[in-house]
Amino acid sequence: MSMAKKECIKVLHNERIEEGVYDLWLDAGDMATRAQPGQFLSLYCNNGGRLLPRPISICEIDKKSKRIRLVYRVMGEGTKEFAELKSGDFLDCMGPLGKGFTLEGKKALIIGGGIGIPPLLELAKQLTCEKDIVLGYRDATFLNKEFEKYGKVYISTEDGSVGRKGNVIDVIKENDLTADIIFSCGPTPMLRGVKEFALANKIKAQLSLEERMACGIGACLACVCQSKEVDHHTNVNNKRICKEGPVFYADEVII
Amino acid sequence: MENKISKNNKIDLNTEVSIAGLTFKNPVTTASGTFGSGMEYGDYVDLSRLGAVTTKGVSLLPWPGNPTPRIAETYGGMLNAIGLQNPGIDVFIDRDLPYLRSHDTKIIVNVVGKTAEEYCQVVERLSDCDVDMLEINISCPNVKEGGIAFGQDATRVEAITSQVKKYAKKPIIIKLSPNVTDISETARAAEAGGADALSLINTLTGMKIDIDRRKFLLANKTGGLSGPAIKPIAVRMVYQVANAVKIPIIGMGGIMTGEDALEFIMAGATMVSVGTANFINPMATEEVIDGIEAYMSRNQIYDINKLIGCVE
Repeated sequence: MSMAKKECIKVLHNERIEEGVYDLWLDAGDMATRAQPGQFLSLYCNNGGRLLPRPISICEIDKKSKRIRLVYRVMGEGTKEFAELKSGDFLDCMGPLGKGFTLEGKKALIIGGGIGIPPLLELAKQLTCEKDIVLGYRDATFLNKEFEKYGKVYISTEDGSVGRKGNVIDVIKENDLTADIIFSCGPTPMLRGVKEFALANKIKAQLSLEERMACGIGACLACVCQSKEVDHHTNVNNKRICKEGPVFYADEVII
Repeated sequence: MENKISKNNKIDLNTEVSIAGLTFKNPVTTASGTFGSGMEYGDYVDLSRLGAVTTKGVSLLPWPGNPTPRIAETYGGMLNAIGLQNPGIDVFIDRDLPYLRSHDTKIIVNVVGKTAEEYCQVVERLSDCDVDMLEINISCPNVKEGGIAFGQDATRVEAITSQVKKYAKKPIIIKLSPNVTDISETARAAEAGGADALSLINTLTGMKIDIDRRKFLLANKTGGLSGPAIKPIAVRMVYQVANAVKIPIIGMGGIMTGEDALEFIMAGATMVSVGTANFINPMATEEVIDGIEAYMSRNQIYDINKLIGCVE
């Protein structure tokens, strides 16, 4: 009956890969078979006082071994709890949820910022066309080496410690990068910059958005973003990030 | 032998309850706003198992709701300030109602409005529709006009109840706010206005502050607190209201399990609503029904009605 359901699944591996950033592999069963790049999983805490699931984007999918990889940042008490998970532990999980990236284009520009970078890894893996990859960090980098397998990687850091000092748009302009499709995930101010760049250069763009969620399945209407047109489901200018998103075409949403 | 007992238990358990002449197959419904119009949960639960589905609040015109963030977790609960976003009565009637009707469950439509006239207009639009009951939401803490403005003053509660009653062809439930000094006063006012039933409690107004950013977590600053954190308050209020009025009560506030639901029933609720639990576990409604049935079997209570208000 159900496409997604809440299941108790096994942790295969969980390690810190950078200050506050963790790399988690889950024995995800059918979730891995169904998962697509850009979708997310809802992870539940063991502490009964923390009720709501934490939506975390899928970083890698291993359909053959039915494993899913999540790379997440410790943001609060819930993710702090996840950081303490050890291999062999179990946790409640639901997914895959949401609408992910649509694989398209002949020349792609993949633009990630901070903890918005992980969901782009599976995308980069599955996207067969030519691609440039631009990754923006505050300071310390992570996952950038893994992206090198899939395209030319450009890096920006706010403090200039790695790559170019500045932001992703600075890197794109400096290197005259162009494409017929942009895929992007990162903090909202960065996505605004990406959208502006895409519009100015008439490039189609898919953006992955985030917002605080409760249910993760489209019922609570907490995680809406503003849409340009009246949305088919909500009948107002709001789209549900957990359901119609998290990935939207840039011209669909007002960010 | 074992087989016979379980078979007997299954057959002999009566979970049917009635409110305002309507019979519900069991006392479990959904709290308005936590279940959409059922569609999102169709993949997770068999809607036909539910006593009723109570829909998200419906207004005359589409409402866009509040700015985000609309939600914040708190210990054992959550704050929401969705702001009654809904597609409006036309889309509700054309799209959501037929979906719900295709299941074998009763339909309770939650009605919201900015003015008394708007409540009446929505109720009037629904009068020719195939719905079972209407729940009048005069207790939403997250909208400036309407909502709680009607629900905190006994005189206004009675007035809006009797106004709405004039247009309603279906039994009316008035949903009460816990954000009052004495909930039995507003309960009695709704009864005096002609309410067929009461539902309680709506959320408690709360606030959360992000101390690192020194900002409110919710764009609306305040939100409605729900979840297990509020359950003892809700059970107490159901008990209070059950002793103040004669009309049936639908109890809610933090129900996660069958055991939680039974507390409300024993306090005097004829039916119960599962709310926040749906966000945490989309299968929660069915699990609550299973939990109630398991309790009845275990304790050889063959009629749920024997448990209503049985606390002593």
